[in-house]
Amino acid sequence: MAEIVALGIDVGSRSMELVALDAQAAVVDSARLPTTFHPVAQLAALLAGRTAPMVTATGYGRELVAQVVPAAVATITEITAYALGAAVCAPKARTILDIGGQDTKAIRLDAAGQVLKFEMNDRCAAGTGKFLEHMATVFQIPVEEFGVFALGGQEGVRINAMCTVFAETEATSLMAQGHRPEDIALALHASVCQRTASMLGRVGLTPPLLFAGGVARNPCMVRLVEKFTGVSPIIPKDPDTVGALGAAHHAWRRWASSARSAS
Amino acid sequence: MQHDAYRAMWERLDLDLPAHDGLLQVLGKFYGDIYMSQQGRLQGMEYLDFVLSEVHGLRIQELQEAKAQGRKVIGTFCVFVPEEITLAAGAIHVGLCAGAEAGTELAEQLVPRNTCALIKSFIGFKLARLCPFTQSCDLVVGETTCDGKKKAYEAFAEHVPMLVLEVPQQKQSCDRELWKAEVLRYKAEVEALTGQTITAQSLAAAIRTVNARRRVLQRLGALRAASPAPISGRDALLINQVSFYDDPVRFAGAISTLCDQMEARVAAGEGVAPADTPRLVLSGCPMAVPNWKLPYVVESAGAVIVGEESCIGTRNTRDLVDESGTTVEEMIDAIVDRYLRIDCACFTPNSERMDNVVDLARAQKADGVLQYTLLFCQPYGHESMKLARRLEAEGIPSLAIETDYSMEDVEQLKTRVEAFVEMLRSRRG
Ligand code: SF4
Ligand code: SF4
Repeated sequence: MAEIVALGIDVGSRSMELVALDAQAAVVDSARLPTTFHPVAQLAALLAGRTAPMVTATGYGRELVAQVVPAAVATITEITAYALGAAVCAPKARTILDIGGQDTKAIRLDAAGQVLKFEMNDRCAAGTGKFLEHMATVFQIPVEEFGVFALGGQEGVRINAMCTVFAETEATSLMAQGHRPEDIALALHASVCQRTASMLGRVGLTPPLLFAGGVARNPCMVRLVEKFTGVSPIIPKDPDTVGALGAAHHAWRRWASSARSAS
Repeated sequence: MQHDAYRAMWERLDLDLPAHDGLLQVLGKFYGDIYMSQQGRLQGMEYLDFVLSEVHGLRIQELQEAKAQGRKVIGTFCVFVPEEITLAAGAIHVGLCAGAEAGTELAEQLVPRNTCALIKSFIGFKLARLCPFTQSCDLVVGETTCDGKKKAYEAFAEHVPMLVLEVPQQKQSCDRELWKAEVLRYKAEVEALTGQTITAQSLAAAIRTVNARRRVLQRLGALRAASPAPISGRDALLINQVSFYDDPVRFAGAISTLCDQMEARVAAGEGVAPADTPRLVLSGCPMAVPNWKLPYVVESAGAVIVGEESCIGTRNTRDLVDESGTTVEEMIDAIVDRYLRIDCACFTPNSERMDNVVDLARAQKADGVLQYTLLFCQPYGHESMKLARRLEAEGIPSLAIETDYSMEDVEQLKTRVEAFVEMLRSRRG
C-alpha cells in the first residue's frame, strides 16, 4: 500500500470514520466503527496502528483523537469538514445536506467551495437518522430496509409530531385506525424531510445539492428530498465518510505545505 | 471572599444562608474558570475582580449603611427606568436583572414554563431568597415592555413593593405624551418614597452623573474598534454588567483609569488576541450578570468580541440626556426624549435597531454578528429573523443562537460558533 501521509477522522455521536490519503491525495484506506460509550477505545481500534505525519479530526468527539494519536492533531468543525469533503467528491456542489445519526446540517457554499451559511438542528433528535432508526425498530424492520419499505407507501397519511416520542404515539394510533404500515412509514419519512427542507430553505438552497450522511442511503429519503426541494441530489459513493474525507484533505494540505517548506 | 463578616447581614436580609453559600461557591468557581484564566488582562480589571468578589458583600453593606442614613434603594429590570430621577431624589438605583439559573422550580409555580430565563431567574432568585439586592430594595420598578415581564410583575408584586411604569410600544407624539406622564408619575412616586423634592439643581447633577458613566462606557466601546482588540469581550461585558450595581461616580473613575491603560495598549499596537483574530459583535437579549456562557464559548473558539448591541451594552450607553436644560421641566423633556430613543425589540416598528446594529458592526470593524436570543423571547426572536436578512443584504455574516442559562447545550453551541469562526477565517483568506 502507498505510504499514508494524511489521516482524517470524523468522530460522530453514533459512528466514527477514518480516511487515509497518500502523497497524491488519493484515498488509500478507510474504516468505520460505531462510537459506543467507549469512544477512546473505539478510536484506538479504528486506527489499528495507522498513523500519519498529519492528522485532522472533526465531529463532536474531535477533541478525543489527540488522546489516541501520537502525531499533533488539528481539529475542525463538521461544517468545515463537509465543505472540504464536498469539494472533493462533488466539486460543483453549492449546497450540502447532511443527515447523520444525531444531527442534521445544511450548508451553502460559494462558487469556490467556501461556507457562506449553515444551519444545524437544535438539541433534540427529531429530523435526524436517530428518529428513523427508532421508528424502524417500532416497525420491527431493519433500519437499512426501512426506506425501501416506505417507498411502497401511498401518500395521504400525515404525521404532525416532531418529537420522537409523540411521533411514535401518532404512528401507533394510525396503525390502530387501520392505516397501512407502508403509508405510515412514508409519512414518518415525510415528516423528517419537511424539517430538512425548511432548513435548506433557511440557508438558501442553491443546486447542485450534495446529500451526505448515513441517511442518504435511504432511497425513500432521497426521493422525498427531491420531491420537497425540486432538486435532485447528488449522492456520494460513500455518504458516511464525507466528513472524514474533508478532514483528511485538511490534513493533506497541511502535509503538502510543510513538505514544500521543508524542501 | 471574606464571607464570615457578612453572615449576620445576610441573615438580617432573610437570605437562605446554605443555598446562598452554594451560589457564591459556584459563582466563584465559574468566575475563576472564565475570567482569571485569561492571558494579558488589563491591570485595571482588578477593580472589577474586586467589585465582583464583593458583589454580595461590601456593596450590600454600603447599601445597608446608606439605608441606615435614611436613603432608599430602588431596583429595576430594564434600562427604561430613568435613573436620573432616582438619583435626583437621593435614592440609589440598582439593576436587578439576574443571569443565572436559580430557583427555577419555584419560579415555574408563578410563571409559565415557556417564559424566558431572565424572567424565571429574577423570580427564582427572589423566591429562593438568594439575592441580597432584591432583599435590600425599598421599591422595585417594572415596566410594560414584553408580555413575559408585564405579566411576571403581577405575580412578583405579591413578593416585593412594586411600581410598574407604562412604556409605550410605538414612538408617535401620543406615545411621547404617555411616556412623559409616566416619567412624571415616577418622579412623584420617588419623591414620596424619599421625602425629597427634585430640584433643578439635583436633577442637573444626576443627569451629569449618569451621562458621565455613559461617556466612559462609550469611550471604552470606541477603544475596542482598535485592532488588535485591547480588551476581551468577556471583560468588557463584565464592566457593563457591573455598571448596573456599582456606585456610578466611583465606577466611572475606575473605568476611566482602565481606558487610559487601554489607550496606551492601543498606541503600542498591543492586544488580547492577534490582529488576525475574527472580530464579532454580539447582538440581542440582555446578558445579565453572571451570564457569561456565550462570550466564553465565543472567545474559546478563537474569536474576540468587540461590541455588545444589548441593554447590557450599547443600548444602555449610546444616547446621552441633553444637558442644556435649566429648569426641571426642560430636563424632564430631555430625559423623556433620550429614553424614547431606546431601540428595544418591544417597539413596533423598530427599524432603527437594524441600522444601529449595522453601524456598530462597521464602527467596530467586526467580521460578523452573533445574534443571541433567549429561548421563548418573542420580541428578539422575531427581530433576529429580520436582522439576519438585513445583515445578509449588507454583506455582514451572521449567526443566530437561541439558548438559555443551562449548560446542557454548550457542546452544540461550541460547534456552531467554531464553525462560524472557521467560516470567517476562511473568508479573510
Ligand atoms: S430588552 Fe427591552 S425590556 Fe429588556 S431590558 Fe432592554 S429595554 Fe428593557
Ligand atoms: S429577554 Fe425577551 S422575553 Fe425575556 S424579559 Fe427580555 S424582552 Fe422579555
